[in-house]
Amino acid sequence: MNKIAKLFVTFISAITLALVSFTSSFAKVDGEYIVLGSAISLTGKYSSNGVHTQNGYNMAVDRINKMGGVEVQGKKYKFEIIYYDDESNPKRAAQLAERLIKQDGVHYMLGPYSSGLTKAIAPVTEKYKIPMVEANGASRSLFTKGYKYLFAVLSPANQYLEVAIDLAVEKNGGKGVKIAQAFEQDAFSQDVRLGILDAAKRTGSEIIIDDKLPKELNDMAATLAKVKAVKPDVLVVSGHTKGALTAIRQISEMKVDVPMLAMTHCDAAKLSKQHGKKSEFALCASQWHKNLSYKDSFFGSGKKYAKDFQKEFGYDPPYQSAESSAALLVFKDAFERANSFDRDAVRDALVDTEMQTFYGNIKFGPGGQNVAKPMILFQVRCKGDDCENRVVAPTKWASDKFYHPIPKWSERS
Amino acid sequence: MDFLIFKAPMLMVQASLDGILLGILFALIAYGMALQWGVMNIINIAQGDLVILGGYIAYTIYLWGIHPAWGVIISPIIMFFVGWGLYKLVINKVVDRDLFISILATFGIAIVFQQLMNFIFGADVVVAQSEYGTTMLFDNSVTLPNSKIFSAFISVLYAVALVIYMKKSRLGRAIRATAQNARAAKILGVDTEKVYAATFGINAALCGIAGALISITLTLHPYVGLPYTVRSFMIVIVAGLGNLPAVAVSGMGLGLFEEFADYILGTEFRIGAVFLLLVLILVYRRFKLSKKREYLK
Repeated sequence: MNKIAKLFVTFISAITLALVSFTSSFAKVDGEYIVLGSAISLTGKYSSNGVHTQNGYNMAVDRINKMGGVEVQGKKYKFEIIYYDDESNPKRAAQLAERLIKQDGVHYMLGPYSSGLTKAIAPVTEKYKIPMVEANGASRSLFTKGYKYLFAVLSPANQYLEVAIDLAVEKNGGKGVKIAQAFEQDAFSQDVRLGILDAAKRTGSEIIIDDKLPKELNDMAATLAKVKAVKPDVLVVSGHTKGALTAIRQISEMKVDVPMLAMTHCDAAKLSKQHGKKSEFALCASQWHKNLSYKDSFFGSGKKYAKDFQKEFGYDPPYQSAESSAALLVFKDAFERANSFDRDAVRDALVDTEMQTFYGNIKFGPGGQNVAKPMILFQVRCKGDDCENRVVAPTKWASDKFYHPIPKWSERS
Repeated sequence: MDFLIFKAPMLMVQASLDGILLGILFALIAYGMALQWGVMNIINIAQGDLVILGGYIAYTIYLWGIHPAWGVIISPIIMFFVGWGLYKLVINKVVDRDLFISILATFGIAIVFQQLMNFIFGADVVVAQSEYGTTMLFDNSVTLPNSKIFSAFISVLYAVALVIYMKKSRLGRAIRATAQNARAAKILGVDTEKVYAATFGINAALCGIAGALISITLTLHPYVGLPYTVRSFMIVIVAGLGNLPAVAVSGMGLGLFEEFADYILGTEFRIGAVFLLLVLILVYRRFKLSKKREYLK
């Protein structure tokens, strides 16, 4: 090693040391701040949803701090979050979780984006007994491992499209329907599939096509040709944003006529914006919609949240942001009820959570999943070239009637 | 196992046409790979990422309100210079080295390209709309998106043009001479450095065309390049180097094989079946080679 290289290494180590000693001065509670930690995807393939998640967290932190903060033992505290970029990489996420806990002394965690990354972090937070409230990991397997420190504000993945099958059966006069389904081979989509299998069993429906799409697939022509040949009552597709966009592109190009089409990730895929009228009548599962009538004292209603979010970040909040904001409300509530910064006391308070937020009711089941909030379905409807998502199920919040069956392509203009 | 396809003959027609149309597009990408592999002895891991970058160029002009089909002209022009620059910057340092070095170098390029595209274009999956409509055959039981027909047509057009160019033009002859024997070509006055740069540029341009076609037929995302690299690698392996018509046949063959594997074995075995075929072909090649008499050339 030459001199310059040696000097460089010394310099870098000095900086690292300085940073380490600086950051470890943070602790669970630092002066008037309660420090939360989160590894989040700011680069890599999940970066757009990672940013939605971060914006949701930041929005809630600002709001809670502005409205007086968190009161524990008579003293007011503010929230602060330490973020690290996990590069959309599960291994990196787990490392960063360790770092947040061991080096930065974080005692309370917020979840990352996606089921896969949450799965990577959960064993770490569990090992160090760090309560984690997560808002973007819906995979059912997260809630069957017996984790005691994991709490999810969102509905588990298997519930995403169950409602759609119920709706199809209802339209069929209560008789079972024929289902064709295509799911990507990843943890989340396969959980959605399990939900459909349950629903099919419950309603006496028959699954006539059950395709598993490879991760790198961007062509569903074979599946859709089969669908055309066997004519199911409902077609279910789940493969993240790529699946949703590919499905609409090829269904419209191949003129596949199905009475009902149910999907996930339409929101994230900006389906109605990218495909316009071709996406009309698609039924989409969503965790949240701004028109729902839930209320809380911080954000008011969903509509108000959407307005404030739009003002701050310049775009309409996707449900990923809303649920992330809700995670902070849950933490605040738990700290105040625990009236302590003891990790186990906070964890016990989280277990007893029962509250309403603008995002929905929150109450945790034994596995940590939110059992108080149903999934909703919206349908893409267009006026001219202007398309929007309208809530059609469950009936309590439906703003529009569910349009069924989807008109044939030959009848669509 | 599912034999639905044998019960419905129309499905067979649909599968064959889908497979062939997609295969032609893949053959175009493989064609570029075979060219620069043959000339420079470099396996380009970044091939798929060049394709996606080409797609994003078409998508960008689509966002400006220009029809994305113009991408098949604009994208290759830009991509040619991207390829040329890439050669001058990185590839020229690894061109005479071990194959392994070139794989490492292009792997690095692939990562840089992915991150750059993610940075510039965002991590969302995007599509460009061609609004070309659909061709319906046999009373609507077989449907072919016109965008796929268009892309197959453009691919064939460019491939034929390139074959003619390679045969007739000065640069084409120089490229072929360099591929046969770089040292001899150099001695006879061919500027091999320039030939290499042009070859890499042409390869990138072909990727640009394919990318533009993919933006209107499939979907784009910064991280979906690798499957295109693997696919073209396979096509080249099956066809062999320096045999451009074979690349076309092997591209279509693989497309067909994949589509039928999807129907018969199930979608989840689609890619697996292709890989299995690759292994079989490699084993068969090895077997055939071992039967040949060895002699010093």
